[in-house]
Amino acid sequence: MAERSFKKEVEDLRIGAGETFRGEGILAITKALLENGVGYVGGYQGAPISHLMDVLADAQDLLGELGIRFEANASEAAATAMLAASVHYPIRGAVTFKGPVGTNVASDALANLASGGVTGGALIIVGEDYGEGSSIMQERTHPYAQKSQVWLLDPRPNLPSIVDAVGHGFALSEASNTPVMLQVRIRSCHVYGSFQARDNVRPPLTVREALSNPQRKTDRVVLPPASYIHEQEKVSKRLPAALEYIRAHKLNEVFGPETAPVGLAIQGGMYNGVIRALQRLGLADVHGDTEVPIYVMNVAYPIVEEEFLDFCTGKDAVLVIEEGQPDLIEQALRSALHKAGHPVKLHGKGHIPMAGELTGRILLDGIEGFLRDTAPAMLPDPVRAPNEPPAPVPDLSGAVPGRPPGFCTGCPERPIFAALKLVENELGEHQVAGDIGCHLFGSLTPFNIGGSTMGYGLGPASNAAFDGGGERRPISMLGDGGFWHNGLSSSIGNAVFNKSDGLTIIVDNYYSAATGGQDILSSRADNASKATQHPISQAVKGVGVKWVRQIDRTYDVKRMRDTIKEALTTDHEGPKVIVASSECMLNRQRRERPILNQAIKEGRRVEKPKFGVDEEVCTGDHACMRLSGCPSLTLKMPDDPLRDDPVAHIDQSCVGCGNCGEVADAAVLCPSFYEARLVHNPTPVERRLSRLRKSVIGWLQARRAARRLSWEEPA
Amino acid sequence: MNELSAKLRSQDPDARLGQIVKLAVMAVGGQGGGVLTNWITDLAERNGYRVQATSVAGVAQRTGATIYYVEMLPDTGRQPVFALAPAEGDVDILIAAEMMEAGRAIMRGFVTPGRTTLIASTHRNLATVEKIVPGSGIGDAETVKKAAAEVAKEFIAFDMERIALDSGTVISAALFGALAGSGTLPFDADSYRETIRASGRGVEASLRAFEAAREAAERRATDPAPAPSGAAPAPQVRGPAKLMAKWQALEARVAALPDPVQALAAPGLKKVVAFQDVAYGAEYLDRVEAAMRAEEQATTGGDWPFTAQAAKYVANAMAYDDIIRVADHKTQAARMPRIGAEVGATEATLVQVTEYVHPGAAEFVSLMPAGLGRWASARPGVMKAIDRVVNRGRRIRTDGIIGFTMLYLAAGLRPWRRRLLRHRQEMAHLENWLSAATARLRSDPALAAETLRVRRLVKGYSDTHARGLSKFDKVMSGILLVEGREDAADWARRLIDAALQDPEGKALDGALETIRSFATAGRA
Repeated sequence: MAERSFKKEVEDLRIGAGETFRGEGILAITKALLENGVGYVGGYQGAPISHLMDVLADAQDLLGELGIRFEANASEAAATAMLAASVHYPIRGAVTFKGPVGTNVASDALANLASGGVTGGALIIVGEDYGEGSSIMQERTHPYAQKSQVWLLDPRPNLPSIVDAVGHGFALSEASNTPVMLQVRIRSCHVYGSFQARDNVRPPLTVREALSNPQRKTDRVVLPPASYIHEQEKVSKRLPAALEYIRAHKLNEVFGPETAPVGLAIQGGMYNGVIRALQRLGLADVHGDTEVPIYVMNVAYPIVEEEFLDFCTGKDAVLVIEEGQPDLIEQALRSALHKAGHPVKLHGKGHIPMAGELTGRILLDGIEGFLRDTAPAMLPDPVRAPNEPPAPVPDLSGAVPGRPPGFCTGCPERPIFAALKLVENELGEHQVAGDIGCHLFGSLTPFNIGGSTMGYGLGPASNAAFDGGGERRPISMLGDGGFWHNGLSSSIGNAVFNKSDGLTIIVDNYYSAATGGQDILSSRADNASKATQHPISQAVKGVGVKWVRQIDRTYDVKRMRDTIKEALTTDHEGPKVIVASSECMLNRQRRERPILNQAIKEGRRVEKPKFGVDEEVCTGDHACMRLSGCPSLTLKMPDDPLRDDPVAHIDQSCVGCGNCGEVADAAVLCPSFYEARLVHNPTPVERRLSRLRKSVIGWLQARRAARRLSWEEPA
Repeated sequence: MNELSAKLRSQDPDARLGQIVKLAVMAVGGQGGGVLTNWITDLAERNGYRVQATSVAGVAQRTGATIYYVEMLPDTGRQPVFALAPAEGDVDILIAAEMMEAGRAIMRGFVTPGRTTLIASTHRNLATVEKIVPGSGIGDAETVKKAAAEVAKEFIAFDMERIALDSGTVISAALFGALAGSGTLPFDADSYRETIRASGRGVEASLRAFEAAREAAERRATDPAPAPSGAAPAPQVRGPAKLMAKWQALEARVAALPDPVQALAAPGLKKVVAFQDVAYGAEYLDRVEAAMRAEEQATTGGDWPFTAQAAKYVANAMAYDDIIRVADHKTQAARMPRIGAEVGATEATLVQVTEYVHPGAAEFVSLMPAGLGRWASARPGVMKAIDRVVNRGRRIRTDGIIGFTMLYLAAGLRPWRRRLLRHRQEMAHLENWLSAATARLRSDPALAAETLRVRRLVKGYSDTHARGLSKFDKVMSGILLVEGREDAADWARRLIDAALQDPEGKALDGALETIRSFATAGRA
């Protein structure tokens, strides 16, 4: 069950010819898969392609009707390996994951798949997580496509173009017996737009039917001598077939006048940004009709050299617009020009920065600079000689604080790091390795714990050099998502085999939370199409860890702290593993809130907790903040001229997780925190008891008030 | 070549380019920026526009800064090419769902003079780095507001979060209302309302917030100026006649103080009397008046900076944070109704309140009579034994009779407070500090006032309190090193600021190191 429900979107997947699909890019791709007779779909979730997985997970009925198999693969490697079904069988298959991290994981299967080649269309949809909003290292998927010889589509970022790319991707894959990658950037995945739908198509051969008639061809197995033949085939057969298909179906596009002194050669994904820059320079209209010719490479690999040479003919200069580094496309185009002895002057990186996202400003400056150098007469007068320089941007860096992502309100991972911090206060700082997932936010303020991340599920493995132990034990973090993705073998099994002395804390929040709350093996929810409720602690024991502690409520900071301390000081030899389990609060709220509201409406008894701070008791030292960072635990300036510093304040967004109180207790901070539990529909007994309590307490209060001065705020 | 390109430039730039509306939303993850973007998209389509919206979801949703972007153009049958991200200098409407996000938008160049309408909620959603400073690390929103008013074509700013909370919804509805009220989009209010209705969930609350914010934006409302501190009507005092008479005598003494002192002595008096009793209030005023006399003798008086600081910090020092004070506060009649209002309690609900307290041996012993307390503190074995018994976290239900009575009894120690160890310690500390400050009046009045301000460092409970005291001692000893220098008061202020920068006192140690380097340079 994912963070969002896609019930409405599933209905959109059912529409047919004559109707208009409206929605975001990644859902358009999902619909296009169904229109193109896909036989099976899989992948591994992650921004920006999670919604493709989520919507298909919610669309089991529709997929069943069409005879399509949907698999939530264990990893990107598993997803890519699944495309093996298209090797011998003429079935179209598609998998999705984020790039380049997913491509990294997938590369073993990818290389094997690409070596033998495919019969049915095999499409890999890569959400390129690059530029603003990205959460991963800044690299490109492009070289993976090159090294394994997998064609790379990079369509213009609008829904019709992306949807077309899905259809052509399958067809190109089949025409050239080669897997095809469809690359979509973060914003293309989330762009809202529309396209004309077609009817969904049932696969001509379903995977169930294929099982009745097994196929095998030994020459597709990656074993000598076939593997040598595969390499030759790639060059002699598959590449020419692909080039032929790309040319014949005009996958690459040319816009603008036929003759012009200069032109632009761009990645398809850069098209909208380039047009916007031309619009701002007065060289294109709202529809993108441009005065500067543009060669749009919707196929980023392979390069169709003849097409490009044709485009260059008659031009003095061409600017290559390519995002990221190395400048792989530019190098390929230069090579083509060089081989052909073409006289055109090729510009690229230099006008365009080597590294970083090509934002609006960068494209505007880059294209303007190129035109200034090569065809200044094309630039309108105001651009050529601007009247006044743009006003300087005020520097507010002293006032505006950084706002990196962090743990959500009520996150069950916060108390784990609070406990770790308390242990470090006592035992000193430790070597801590982080992992991929929300828990990596522990490396940021206020916890500042963990200084590395080496890959999904590789946290403990990245501490392996310290497995031998020392004066202080190494600590590593591992999320439940990473654990099932790769961690069980690469990290835990590795630690057992190598007799690691370290401590691993596995954060079990019932979901693959950072990617949007998808279910995994250890999820607690019942899932109609997946097997859940496989405890992590059992798996860990199963591979041979002897020292395992299961904590079922991470908010118990004292227990958390004491268990970590025990793990760091015990005489036990071999790896120590703590499984810290509490449900992801974002998902828990989403799950519980409607149920509780319904219960309140129906008159059933419901308790809603919230924390508060006694303003007069809080002294404004903010020690609690340094062990929290919760968005709902904030500050306010008391209306009291005697106070200098803002005091703690808990706002309306508090979900009553208890971390504040637990931390105040475990760290012996202060008595300012209280939990107020609002009881809806209390029982009659409770009501009577409450009346009794109020009268006794009221009597005591009145008794004392009668003997002293007290103040009453005027109404 | 140039001739050819000149020929190519046959027509002027497309006039419709100026009609593309470019709108960006800067929000904090979890504020409903996605909902707002969907509404704007729907609104544009409803009014016959072609529209494109993009967002950067993913990890940025987890409380980080997030940006959404919308472009729209009247539909003429052919698809325009829209950009997928906002560009510097090319945004028409910028909606900031929080004040500092407006600042971030300005820094990123998304607010262009003469072009961009900036719609911002003035409320603050504090970032973690602002919250963890032991003093005050809150960013300067006024600087951002000033810059916004200068650079934006129009700056529509008020507390939209408040409107949303008052309407029982989230800020996206109020932002949508402010967008409508700004009049920057050529759509009538009804189509906004239709959009909200069509979205289906929490419609009534959303509409309430929408209307309130639309109306406020339409008349270009601004936040009411914050009431100056102390301007609120004074709380009404009540009590037995005998005590009231004594109180009035104390009030008369306050009224006789000069204005700048009164402003602090009045709340100071209330604080110490509420802490202990009227006699304690008289002691407080004795100290304030003594400070005034000393200042009068030492200087020409003026605005009474020393006495005013004394009125403030002596009150804080006298009303120290002990268990009795905490228990007294938590058992007062006004507290439960306040908590009830905070959680939205009604006649039909009950509120259960659990206190999280964790007293240690030191706190327990500080509640003993001074002699016994001193005896115990001097014996580690005894302290250890006491610690074993008392030192654990306690959850006390103060809505229940037993829990309430426990705290009620602790608060009932108030009449005996003067005889307890803690009181003796606090008073000794106070006298030392106050006399050190007063002694400096003659030689360096500014340093004397700064010496009083050092008291700001003493706060918190348990370890935090101990750390505060140690910082207090360090700053006091640092002041000794600079005493006599012309810039001694500046150094004292710098030491106090440094002490408030980080919990461990690293900045303070650094500042002290600097002082030692020049203070001892001549003596080596």
